[in-house]
Amino acid sequence: MTLSFNAETFRDDYTFANSPKAIRAFPFPFERDDYTYTVNIEQHVPGPVQSATEFPIHIDEHYVAEMQDRAITLSQDPLRCQSLPHMMTAEWDLLELLMTSMATHYPETFSLTREGDRWHWINRPLGLDQHFTFGDASTLPQGPMEYITRQCQGDFCLLDQRDDNLWMDAGMVTTQADWSLDFDLGMNFMEWHAPVPLAHDLGVFERALKFLLNLQQGRPVRRLNWTMTINPRLDTSPENYHRWGIDKASVTPENVGDKVHLRVELQALWRLPRSNAIVFSIRCYLIKMDELVTQKKWARRFHRVLASLPQPIADYKGLGRFRDTTVAWLSRHDDGLPTSPGFAPD
Amino acid sequence: MQPSPIKSRPLYGTLAPVAHAMRHIAIAEGEGASAVIEAFGDHEALSRTTILFSPAPYRTDRTQETFLASLSCEALSVASSAEDLLGELVTLLSTATMGTRLYVSGSEDFIGRVTSEALHQGIDADAIQTEHRGAPTRRVQCVHCKGFTDGVSASPATCAHCGIHLLVRDHYSRRLGAFMGVSIDAEAPGDIPPAEAFGA
Repeated sequence: MTLSFNAETFRDDYTFANSPKAIRAFPFPFERDDYTYTVNIEQHVPGPVQSATEFPIHIDEHYVAEMQDRAITLSQDPLRCQSLPHMMTAEWDLLELLMTSMATHYPETFSLTREGDRWHWINRPLGLDQHFTFGDASTLPQGPMEYITRQCQGDFCLLDQRDDNLWMDAGMVTTQADWSLDFDLGMNFMEWHAPVPLAHDLGVFERALKFLLNLQQGRPVRRLNWTMTINPRLDTSPENYHRWGIDKASVTPENVGDKVHLRVELQALWRLPRSNAIVFSIRCYLIKMDELVTQKKWARRFHRVLASLPQPIADYKGLGRFRDTTVAWLSRHDDGLPTSPGFAPD
Repeated sequence: MQPSPIKSRPLYGTLAPVAHAMRHIAIAEGEGASAVIEAFGDHEALSRTTILFSPAPYRTDRTQETFLASLSCEALSVASSAEDLLGELVTLLSTATMGTRLYVSGSEDFIGRVTSEALHQGIDADAIQTEHRGAPTRRVQCVHCKGFTDGVSASPATCAHCGIHLLVRDHYSRRLGAFMGVSIDAEAPGDIPPAEAFGA
């Protein structure tokens, strides 16, 4: 399967768009017609062909444009990529995980050949051809985490495990839903989740942490999370909130279809072999309302979920200024018919 | 003290000298002097204790200083500002040995700065005790320009560096020793609610 890549932008003129194929691959996150808060962790096993979960690492038509957008963000704010000194082994683990997965599942796009510690990596769409020595950072142009995550869609955090806790000790974070790696770097699992409402009292994070501390190598898990973004902007960071926050006030009944996007994060967690750290990957998918409603089932269901969302959740997700306008717009695409079970489009 | 509803915010305790520790460094600002005096007053550890102190900003009363000087500690150093005090701490920590204990007391922003610096100097978190005294001011990092503003007593507050009006989020970083400040009027420029003072 040969991939082709869109020429598109995630800032300024916002030319990002999904092809019909990308729409059908979109990881729609709602299994029911009303909102329920769940941790919804499942094994990260292969999903349907041509879905976002067909392969462990999903590369799609937005790949090149997303990597260009990441490079712009990093040039303006190098603190989006940070790693504490004890994380070097985990960085190499991550490089191995991503290179092997990408080369195995997209062999026409990436290739990896290994002879002992001497590795040869080819990234055709980005025009990179790199010989290096695994374990010797001086043989790569950047640290191993930065090198490979400049070439892979999704944000990546490396979580060190010690003292029965997980520590956010490294990461590449340029496509985040309003959290800051620079601020959270070095925090433990409970600390970096501190701003999340409600869930602490439900004991959600205690259970999730206990589960993750026992995560086994070779048995990755995943979950979906979602929010909404105005304009297809990947960099909705707190660092730049004073620049993009104003966009939330720009939604009108006339422009909902084009401006309002459902933002879904496919989050996956892998145990790493050498460092015993965990990779937390957060792959962001965007779909504008005009594209979403091409799938009748999704139009009906998202209308119902958004209308029934409890206010504290809507506030935490930052939807306050445009939720009602969007619900009203979506209601025109909801004929009240029942929806079929499951996430997939009909 | 009630447990904080802010999950990333540290809990502060009461200073208590660790018996048999080789060396103690007590660092206090303003009202924090009282915590040091109460903890170390006539403790046998006093002879192995260096006390670093700076009065609260703009304070002219020298009572605390006089009281600290009357303690028979190994050494007392009084600085006119928290910056100078931190400089002295870094010098002391650069020669510190295993088994050195650090005691920090003062406002929350002072504790945050000292703890962050001490961790940066390689002191183990377990070797640091903290006690909160004085006004409930916070140290805030502007997430936009990354500048720190000390002594913030209410939210929203103005960033001392870039001038953005900041909501002080209930999110605290030990590494940075600061709460996060995020633009409060990004979605509606100029719409800035009245400032509300922090409780303890």
